[in-house]
Amino acid sequence: LSICSRTVEPLEYYRRFLKENCRPDGRELGEFRTTTVNIGKCLCSITTADGSALVKLGNTTVICGVKAELAAPAVDSANKGYIVPNVELPSLCAERFRSGPPGEEAQAASQFIADVIENSQMIVKEDLCIASGKLAWVLYCDIICLDYDGNLLDASVFALLAALKNVQLPLVTINEESGLSEVNLKQKNPLIIRKHPVATSFAIFDDTLLIVDPTAEEEDLATGTVTIVTDEEGRLCSVHKPGGSPLTGAKLQDCITRAITRHKEVKKLIDKVIKSITPK
Amino acid sequence: SVSPGDTSVLAGLYGPAEAKVSKELPDRAALEVLLRPKVGLPGVLERSREQLLRQTCEAVVLGVLHPRTAISLVLQVLSDAGSLLSCCLNAACMALLDAGLPLTALFCGVTCALQPDGTILLDPTARQEQDARAILTFAIASSERKVLMATTKGSCSVEEMQQCLAAAQRAANIIFQFYRDSVRRRYSKS
Repeated sequence: LSICSRTVEPLEYYRRFLKENCRPDGRELGEFRTTTVNIGKCLCSITTADGSALVKLGNTTVICGVKAELAAPAVDSANKGYIVPNVELPSLCAERFRSGPPGEEAQAASQFIADVIENSQMIVKEDLCIASGKLAWVLYCDIICLDYDGNLLDASVFALLAALKNVQLPLVTINEESGLSEVNLKQKNPLIIRKHPVATSFAIFDDTLLIVDPTAEEEDLATGTVTIVTDEEGRLCSVHKPGGSPLTGAKLQDCITRAITRHKEVKKLIDKVIKSITPK
Repeated sequence: SVSPGDTSVLAGLYGPAEAKVSKELPDRAALEVLLRPKVGLPGVLERSREQLLRQTCEAVVLGVLHPRTAISLVLQVLSDAGSLLSCCLNAACMALLDAGLPLTALFCGVTCALQPDGTILLDPTARQEQDARAILTFAIASSERKVLMATTKGSCSVEEMQQCLAAAQRAANIIFQFYRDSVRRRYSKS
């Protein structure tokens, strides 16, 4: 009988659980799903990428591969490199995504990731410049969702952060006489990551209840979503509330407080994983 | 058409009209927003802005009164001199008002720029936006001045965000008064 009511009246089914302050999968309203992260060539399967990470947030699986290429900097910003994020939601991750040009959700997610990188200044574009006006690094960050079960933005930001921490850039020098670039693959340096932004997403139910880390089912039933991105100093890198039910300033403040707590949890996890893969 | 300063956006609303079978929703109206930039083709930035506008409008429009229909909102940017997103929000709301669609609340867009020295500037020009440390755009609903949409560019502290939000909520009163005056002027001629 409960399976019937879940398909026929999903909202009523959820409301019964929310009244008891819990969710059908047994979580509290403020509890995240189990987060696992695999970084690097050995654990994560991308061997051709310069940096890679696989993040699982419950069932939501997102993989991020970073490839570094060389290019000439733009004329108006001669000392800046480029970071190009791209979020893909292929049709294998959920049946609602069709194959073909990227849909609105993928494009909006790509824009969001680009904004997070820019706002948090996690990678300063000047650091990517090798020779002003002549050569700079371009970091192509491809974030692909392998299994969509809600909360894409949190998983994507986390995967991006983990992959960037894993990137090793070879040393590039420009030969003075010939003017050609020489790539020294033996000497690799990690990227300078200044800030560590972490995203926390909430779903708004019935204009009042806020639940953390929504699954795909919860996202469909929710009346709105909020995503807060914080960095380690407790500063807000992004408040992303694309429409949905109106919220008071106080409710928004609650979300921010929860996001700051989540940041500490995620930072600890990432540090642990990085330490475990760093060769001694 | 709404133009604060020199930023100008033209909004056209079509609907509720018959929807294509692939797009229709069985219990509510399907809202679609198209944002056309002044130059060039719409790109990823326009797509993300369309998503913000669409979900903001969906929150106020009573779509359940017009099931299986399509409401299309087309916004054309005529000139951009700063605060573009809030201009689009205001244009969208006035278009919804003018079309006579059933709404639960009105909304208005307010942009706040945080200067490097900490002062809050409302409705910044393009120059002020460039110099600012952070730009926050809010859509404030007319019922209890709640936040309908929020988007930030640049980083700021939590207190600064709350201050900007409070300033935006105060400014919303002025914009709602402007709505009232415009609608009164429109209908007083006839």
